[in-house]
Amino acid sequence: MISVQTQDFDIGALYQQVTASDNNPLGYGAIVTFVGKVRDFNLEQNVSALSLEHYPGMTEKTLMNISQQAQYRWPIAKPIIIHRVGDLQPGDQIVYIGVASAHRKAAFEACEFLIDYLKTQAPFWKKEQSDSGFQWVDARESDQQAAVKWANNDE
Amino acid sequence: MLSIVFFAQTREIIGQGELSLPFEQPFSHIENIRAHLAAKNDKWDLALTRDKLLVAVNQEMSPWDTPIKDGDEVAFFPPVTGG
Repeated sequence: MISVQTQDFDIGALYQQVTASDNNPLGYGAIVTFVGKVRDFNLEQNVSALSLEHYPGMTEKTLMNISQQAQYRWPIAKPIIIHRVGDLQPGDQIVYIGVASAHRKAAFEACEFLIDYLKTQAPFWKKEQSDSGFQWVDARESDQQAAVKWANNDE
Repeated sequence: MLSIVFFAQTREIIGQGELSLPFEQPFSHIENIRAHLAAKNDKWDLALTRDKLLVAVNQEMSPWDTPIKDGDEVAFFPPVTGG
């Protein structure tokens, strides 16, 4: 399931969904979830608010595409990917990824792959408000390298 | 017609989120469109500097030499920062 939404999400309800029997056969004994939250600092600046812009249509397509890539590479159930957009505060949840598999290795790897690809391919942009005003967040080279690592490992 | 859209800093610097361009012969590749728009003035030139600019054709990330056809949606934006 893919969702791009302004409203918050409930981790407990999503966990139930990841483990629901239609999505997750009972043989799937490993669940890995990732939650990303808004930090109250970035590059030594205090962050008081965050605004997330996206490219409607392309965002959903990209998330669907990386979800399919993960299912092709690992024996996992259909992942759940939720990403919030709009105005957020420090401490707010931004992103949720839930993956189920028979064993932990595939679930851990697929979850990491999904967040690494989401960060470098899905068209979201963060703008932070700090003591020095509003500023667009710069992309990180380390995120790019993390995604490239998976591309190089492609079988 | 071509539909051109801009996001994040790119949109802010230009001061608009979208425009339509008649599809003409010089626009055979994305780079032709970028160069045409960047030639408008300094503001557009700054916003569409190729260094650190990404492009999507019909909502798919695409290299600069991607061919363009009538009716395409072309998006210019900075490197993405979600997650």
